[in-house]
Amino acid sequence: MDGMNPDVKAERKALIEEVLSAYPEKTAKKRARHLNVYDEGKPDCGVKSNIKSAPGVMTIRGCAYAGSKGVVFGPLKDMVHISHGPVGCGQYSWSQRRNYYTGTTGVDTFVTMQITSDFQERDIVFGGDKKLEKVIDEIHAMFPLNKGVSIQSECPVGLIGDDIEAVAKKKAKEHGKLVVPVRCEGFRGVSQSLGHHIANDAVRDWMLGKGKSKEFETTPYDVVVIGDYNIGGDAWASRILLEDMGLRVIGLWSGDATLAEIERGNKGKLNLIHCYRSMNYICRHMEEQYNIPWMEYNFFGPTQIAKSLRAIAEKFDDKIKAGAERVIAKYQPLADAVLAKYKPRLQGRKAMLYVGGLRPRHVADAYGDLGIDIIGTGYEFAHSDDYQRTAHYIKDATLVYDDVTDYELEKFIDKMRPDLVGSGIKEKYSTQKMGVPFRQLHSWDYSGPYHGYDGFAVFARDMDMAINSPVWALNKAPWKAA
Amino acid sequence: MALRQIAFYGKGGIGKSTTSQNTLAALVEMGQKILIVGCDPKADSTRLILNTKLQDTVLALAAEKGSVEDLELDDVMKIGYKGIKCTEAGGPEPGVGCAGRGVITAINFLEENGAYDDVDYVSYDVLGDVVCGGFAMPIRENKAQEIYIVMSGEMMALYAANNIAKGILKYAHSGGVRLGGLICNERQTDRELELAEALAKRLGCKMIHFVPRENIVQHAELRRMTVIQYAPDCAQANEYRQLAQKIHDNCGKGVIPTPISMEELEEMLLEFGIMKSDEQALAELEAKTKKGAA
Repeated sequence: MDGMNPDVKAERKALIEEVLSAYPEKTAKKRARHLNVYDEGKPDCGVKSNIKSAPGVMTIRGCAYAGSKGVVFGPLKDMVHISHGPVGCGQYSWSQRRNYYTGTTGVDTFVTMQITSDFQERDIVFGGDKKLEKVIDEIHAMFPLNKGVSIQSECPVGLIGDDIEAVAKKKAKEHGKLVVPVRCEGFRGVSQSLGHHIANDAVRDWMLGKGKSKEFETTPYDVVVIGDYNIGGDAWASRILLEDMGLRVIGLWSGDATLAEIERGNKGKLNLIHCYRSMNYICRHMEEQYNIPWMEYNFFGPTQIAKSLRAIAEKFDDKIKAGAERVIAKYQPLADAVLAKYKPRLQGRKAMLYVGGLRPRHVADAYGDLGIDIIGTGYEFAHSDDYQRTAHYIKDATLVYDDVTDYELEKFIDKMRPDLVGSGIKEKYSTQKMGVPFRQLHSWDYSGPYHGYDGFAVFARDMDMAINSPVWALNKAPWKAA
Repeated sequence: MALRQIAFYGKGGIGKSTTSQNTLAALVEMGQKILIVGCDPKADSTRLILNTKLQDTVLALAAEKGSVEDLELDDVMKIGYKGIKCTEAGGPEPGVGCAGRGVITAINFLEENGAYDDVDYVSYDVLGDVVCGGFAMPIRENKAQEIYIVMSGEMMALYAANNIAKGILKYAHSGGVRLGGLICNERQTDRELELAEALAKRLGCKMIHFVPRENIVQHAELRRMTVIQYAPDCAQANEYRQLAQKIHDNCGKGVIPTPISMEELEEMLLEFGIMKSDEQALAELEAKTKKGAA
């Protein structure tokens, strides 16, 4: 495409300067490295990332416990995940992240339940190991159909040095079921990102290739989908495409996943990774250890879906390649109908994003399909490889903000006046109060799925609903001149 | 008289509990009303006063009953020699949990439940190494005003004393804690008294008392008694009475210590011949080798 008008670039650079001017010198200098206006053709976004948030600002980040319990382990449905420590962390992560699943909650699946060891002063002083044993025993008695237990450490567990590994081994032996200790204490690392890594390591050390996975019979078309958490049913809308083209999905990590799917994760011919940030570690491990290749794909919007289906099919034989074409052809009328309906209503609109693992880049082309331009984007907890991957998704002069602060984001939105902001619950109401339409892009705002062709129809409808809601015409005070 | 809160700190095994209990027994003879708060998971700060093995600790009882909120003061406070009130914080067995948090919990419980009412002295006996914030609790705001460091002429005891002075300095400006002075428990090392006095001078505090080594302390201890109770007329009992009187008279005379650097401390030890310089050590080694060869 043509380069953006140089005035726009200068304007956005000036905006960054203006926003930074409110900070003390030292903070301004620190934050300046995380903000940039993208120059087309550069190999990355020109921002620093994965650095400790500046003291005194309101960061939007989470913690290591959130990364492990909330993201990686939480959706794993037939295990019981213990929030090990004081009650707050468990209470506020209750019900998970809208990771849909099938099963009978409380009988054979446990995702939306909250189990905590509810530390009291006594457990801090005398150690919580005894209580942890009791919790695991109680889980064993109350939920006999559970396939195992994971121990999600909250901060105090690391501070007082409880030996949860010893408890895990002892109880696993006693009950004949897996117990996975996860050292995801919230104070570790700079964001939830380290929690993903720690959780990946726990999967590697305690789960992968274990259990009955050795007896699992494979086929040449086996794939494992990694980093799809089935938010609002995303993984289901993705899985049917892969199965339609002739592949066999032997594991969905970890949306709607069973322990058996995790254990046999090393049995696939190819690992397909959606959320790179949260699960690339285990893909790299499987590549090294089991020689299983992995590839990233993108199931947001018809352009990327078709591209991804073809790229995946390239790794297989002609049967699968033909399958991919068949699937694309099958869904094309649906995609065309969605575009015919919504594109005229959305064409030329501008959106700003601020999300987590993959969405700040992955959804860009889905918006592009609908004629919506991304004018600003950023990640809560990305690393430099994420910003490299972002470069080819975004256009010249896109404003990029890493670990954006509450103040900065509000200011950017206010000055750039996009037609839509896609971010999280913490940003939702302040943005709407500014008169700017908003959709939650973590939880899909109680909607979804957004993945796959079926998801795109829902995505397009939701964006239209937000942007073209009649309510925005009513937010000007009648006594004020237009 | 306003409540006086004092604390005994010092290297592990230096005789803090023995010294503090003997001193407090002497203070009670002087008509002072005393509360002991043992802040060591070993819970051995009150056995000489109570003449018993170990008393039930705040934390052990709290764990048994559920939490500290389920405890009554009477459950954890025992009355010992001449009415001295005795409490022990207690704590987890070695290697688990957080003993420091235990000290904080126990002290808060005692305060909130009126253990400090109607006493003249609260005395904290704190475990040897101030390993974390919990064990610094007694020197924080509104707790002990004067810290007495029990030490000897041994090198590690001097190191520990200097480190504790650093801890006091840290809290001296936010709270009101002061260094009361040094109490030297004789170990019969070379030039012990001089060395103790020299350290006191460097720290800017007083050498409160030099307690001579005397076997009768051991005899009394084996019978779970203080010397004051076991042999009230012996010379050693009088040493403790002198110490008690000096502490009593030291009210409000504590200082903000001026701890010294590691290098300064080592220089001081060299000066007193406790530590040998590298040259000395080499020369000695050489002489020894020659002797061995011959």
